[in-house]
Amino acid sequence: MIPFESFYFFFIVGILLIPSIIMGLQGKASRKYNMVVTIIMLAIIFANSLLGTISLLIFTIWQVVLVKGYIAYRKKANSTAIFCIGIIASIMPLILVKILPILGLNHLFGFLGVSYLTFKAVQMIMEIRDGLIKSEIPLADFLYFLLFFPSLSSGPIDRWRRFQKDVHTVPTKEAYREYLYLGINKIFRGFLYKFIIAFLIHFYIIVQLLETHYFELHPVQYHLLNMYSYSLYLFFDFAGYSAFAIGISYIMGIKTPENFHLPFISRNIKDFWNRWHMTLSFWFRDYVYMRFAFWMTKKKWIKNRVTISNLGYLMLFLLMGVWHGLAPHYIVYGLYHACLIIGFDFFDRWNKKHKVWPKNKFTHVVAVIITFHFVCFGFYIFSGNLFY
Amino acid sequence: MEKQDVYDLLAEVCQDDVVKEELDMDIFEAGLLDSFGTITLLVEIEERFGISVPITEFNREEWNTPNKIAKELADRA
Repeated sequence: MIPFESFYFFFIVGILLIPSIIMGLQGKASRKYNMVVTIIMLAIIFANSLLGTISLLIFTIWQVVLVKGYIAYRKKANSTAIFCIGIIASIMPLILVKILPILGLNHLFGFLGVSYLTFKAVQMIMEIRDGLIKSEIPLADFLYFLLFFPSLSSGPIDRWRRFQKDVHTVPTKEAYREYLYLGINKIFRGFLYKFIIAFLIHFYIIVQLLETHYFELHPVQYHLLNMYSYSLYLFFDFAGYSAFAIGISYIMGIKTPENFHLPFISRNIKDFWNRWHMTLSFWFRDYVYMRFAFWMTKKKWIKNRVTISNLGYLMLFLLMGVWHGLAPHYIVYGLYHACLIIGFDFFDRWNKKHKVWPKNKFTHVVAVIITFHFVCFGFYIFSGNLFY
Repeated sequence: MEKQDVYDLLAEVCQDDVVKEELDMDIFEAGLLDSFGTITLLVEIEERFGISVPITEFNREEWNTPNKIAKELADRA
């Protein structure tokens, strides 16, 4: 069963979470029960996919061995080569999932959520390397973090230390009541976003555009309409998903981080990436861009800050594009955003010197409008409709 | 490492002496430190004071004012 797709799914989750809610409202710990719920939900989600189940099991064992092995190693030594091998090994399942279909070995390995789970595992290797994760990693806690069912299929991408803190904090009765209220609130916002707004946009605009002969009659209008409606659809559908995942997490006492913060009112492209798919862009910011820039600055391989920063952006967005898939439009999407952010940075520096673009309410509104159109064009590249 | 050294370093990285006076100012909010400024700061902290702060440790909630940065570093020195 695909998570969050049917009301049946919500019905099952709703029933399974009744004991969590009762325990939470009494100020009792529901951690163990919630772990059992996660196992039941995994069984339900993967019930009709034997291949997915086997892949998930192999993936999980692989990541457990890597993380446990690396932390044991890290207590004794800290070689960069071993760290790099660890990272590559951790990403390997995802690479296989992306490459096997190209080699014609379709459906051999892969399961729902593999790309999101990989982020969780890789960050652990990185934080162990940094010495931020030192204490023992209890197996049950690690599995709970990795396989936490609300965020399994499409995020948000949580962080181990944050998640672990929530798991081991039992909210007071009052605090839990607040969690429950917020959780239910978010789930209903998810219903509004995904099942009402996104559905309506899809049904009344996107499908209509495809079915009528609009394209032959007005190709330009067709592309424009498709671009803006797809952008809005993508937001409401995805933000709806995230709201479900976050809402259910709250009811389980886990404050999964937010993923969207009004992305269409971003005043520039940097602001946009702080508001759109936030857990993904923060992941790339912290574990790719910042690390790359830090390393380059420290080793003094590249002297120029701007060059380092631009290379960092290029790497970040190319990786993000490839992570979505190896199809050309994803790579173009990555390149497009890299160009936008490098271009914006250039403009921002230039403007600091020449002061042509003042900061006031009017320029703010104009900046929001410009950013919106650039962002929508990006989504249009992302949709693949531009090329095919 | 004296507190003053930290403030001097911050002023250098932010290219603004205001951080030496307004010690409780949020330097991210004020736009004085961005992602890249953070990196320069961390590299300098490592080189001058011999304290290595992992990038993921340097979050914008606990390291956002000159006072907090000085305190965090003093705890690690």
